[in-house]
Amino acid sequence: MKQSFFYGLVLTSIMSLSLIGCTKKNAGTTGAETQSSDDSILVGEVGSLTGPEATFGISTNKGIKLAFKEINDAGGINGKKLELITLDDQGKPEEAATAVTKLITQNKVSAILGEVASGRSLAMAPISQQNKVPMITPSSTNPKVTAVGDYIFRVCFIDPFQGTVMAKFAHDTLKAKKVAVLRDVKNDYSVGLADFFIETYKKLGGEIILDKSYSAGDIDFKSQLTAIRAKHPDAIFVPGYYTDVGLIARQARELGIKAPLLGGDGWDSPKLQEIGGKAVNGSYFSNHYSAEDKSPHVQSFIARFKAMNNEIPDGLAAMGYDAAMVLAASMKSAKSLSGPDIKEAIAAVRNYQGVTGNISIDADRNAIKSAVVLKVENGAFKYQTTINP
Amino acid sequence: MSGPIQISNRLGKFHSNWIWLVTGIFIWLISIFLTDQINPYYLNIILYSGINIILAVSLNLVNGFTGQFSMGHAGFMSVGAYASAFITTYFQAHHVDLFSNPLIGQSIFVGSLILGGLVSCAAGYLVGLPSLRLKGDYLAIVTLGFGEIIRVIFLNVDAVGGSRGMPGIPPLSNFGWIFSFVVLTVFVVERLIKSPQGRSFLSVREDEIAAEAMGVNITGAKVRAFVIGAFFAGVAGGLFAHQLQFINPVTFDFNRSFEIIIMVVLGGMGSISGSIVAAVFLTTLREALRPLQEITQVDLRMIIYSFLLIVLMLTRPNGLFGTKEIFDFLPGKKK
Repeated sequence: MKQSFFYGLVLTSIMSLSLIGCTKKNAGTTGAETQSSDDSILVGEVGSLTGPEATFGISTNKGIKLAFKEINDAGGINGKKLELITLDDQGKPEEAATAVTKLITQNKVSAILGEVASGRSLAMAPISQQNKVPMITPSSTNPKVTAVGDYIFRVCFIDPFQGTVMAKFAHDTLKAKKVAVLRDVKNDYSVGLADFFIETYKKLGGEIILDKSYSAGDIDFKSQLTAIRAKHPDAIFVPGYYTDVGLIARQARELGIKAPLLGGDGWDSPKLQEIGGKAVNGSYFSNHYSAEDKSPHVQSFIARFKAMNNEIPDGLAAMGYDAAMVLAASMKSAKSLSGPDIKEAIAAVRNYQGVTGNISIDADRNAIKSAVVLKVENGAFKYQTTINP
Repeated sequence: MSGPIQISNRLGKFHSNWIWLVTGIFIWLISIFLTDQINPYYLNIILYSGINIILAVSLNLVNGFTGQFSMGHAGFMSVGAYASAFITTYFQAHHVDLFSNPLIGQSIFVGSLILGGLVSCAAGYLVGLPSLRLKGDYLAIVTLGFGEIIRVIFLNVDAVGGSRGMPGIPPLSNFGWIFSFVVLTVFVVERLIKSPQGRSFLSVREDEIAAEAMGVNITGAKVRAFVIGAFFAGVAGGLFAHQLQFINPVTFDFNRSFEIIIMVVLGGMGSISGSIVAAVFLTTLREALRPLQEITQVDLRMIIYSFLLIVLMLTRPNGLFGTKEIFDFLPGKKK
């Protein structure tokens, strides 16, 4: 019973002490806080700098840093320098939420950049929304992220848009007349892509001759592929992930199907060719960006990035750069640097020429922008063309 | 026993029950009057500390007091998190008017937490009954496997978002509820290990054969400890879900189980106050090291964090308090 008394006492005193300590600290530091001063604007970034997805966070961070350096060298935002505070979230949603709370309430940032992964962005978005601090995610493609509220934006396209892109590519570039679809029914990414592909392709005057399905993890696709072979399609749209696509490509070639396979960014992995081998050669998929894009502004970005980091930027770095640039452009055109004004300015972004395409923000705060189409060729993904929405 | 001793015992019990109640009231007073004053960032850390205290203390019941090395605590946490989040999001989607009345909203929330805990209990019973006949490493492997199975199941259930996770969970967790459950957890575990039931847990830890010879149903004792631990893990999961407003299966992978185990081992296997101190310490440490990262631009947090753990384990191999409690170290206590 003495112990019980102690527990109660210890718990009570710990809590009261911690609370009093915190309130005091809070009151003491508000005056001296490092909030945006007269000559600088604070922007917060949350990224996975450590943890299993560290490469994503580090790439994005490099892109953002390059953007901030260029903006500041060019005179900043109406004379004010941009200052970046990067916090690590170790790839954990609750760390991302804590980090964004710190950025908003402690550092008083004007805007938030990040996160790469939808899982973390979804944990951060409610906090940004609640505090009316605009947040731009460079590459969270889950449609639910921007649905959280009107302060949440993205500079990448959402998943289903790639279906539209590939339909245009199949019709305009490949001149395919008849296309078969093989979709992963348990994956809403795949289903979304397939639906939008069919809708656009039919609108363009093409014919969908067959719509077959499989479930991720299946090993044998021969029955679906035999049915597809009987219809002689010009191309087959397989919007799955690289693991299944590799197997599907192998079995399609075994059955003598020569038509090219088409897909989305779920294919984007070196593993695609490890699994699919030569069978995936000659297939096409859509992606956000390609370092082989010959447009001058893309090549100039790559040169500048190489000068700073001594490596070729990947897609995440390019999107981090674009996110920071869109934010800076919006801050320049915003009436003031308050959250609501920056938000209005971001929502008004139209036809901004970014590295990853021309970015327009639509009514749902998603980016409408171009996508690139890549061709799989002997161990490399070759840039084919850029498709505008 | 003679009369006077019994009376003083009764008085003591009465007295010590009071302190729990007073703590509970105190928590709600803070929750109502003080939480608005605190910087949300600090409040966030305090709330996660609270959730971690529940997880660590409940795991200590299994790992520390009963001596069964479970590595599946994150699995139970996820069961509770998904169950309670599913209930509240359902009510929010279909009967949004219910939440406009705070009383009904809060009761739905607490009901969902308890239900999440009970579902977690059921999962604990299902896993525990066959696997607790195993010992040591084998039990650890089975519980680790269970945690992964649960995660993969949630990964494949569309109703809860699959791999995309579950966004839009109403933010119902607050200081009052989290710390009420902290107090409840500590109260239950503390009282339990002093009861005959708890004594049988301890006897299983010390020597299974001797315990069995004394008539203790060792599998029964293990399963009971497991189920009670699972209940509080489920409740903590529910609180976590309604604090973060978003859950996905990756959040509950085995790394989370290890985090909780580290708290228990660091605090001392079989020390409730040790678990509390370790949970608060480790949760705060990660954030306390943040300014360092901002200054150095290099993330040294995890290096320092791991280094501290190694130093602590080398200097205090049994954890901060071993099997003792914090007040055993205070002066005036008879050895």
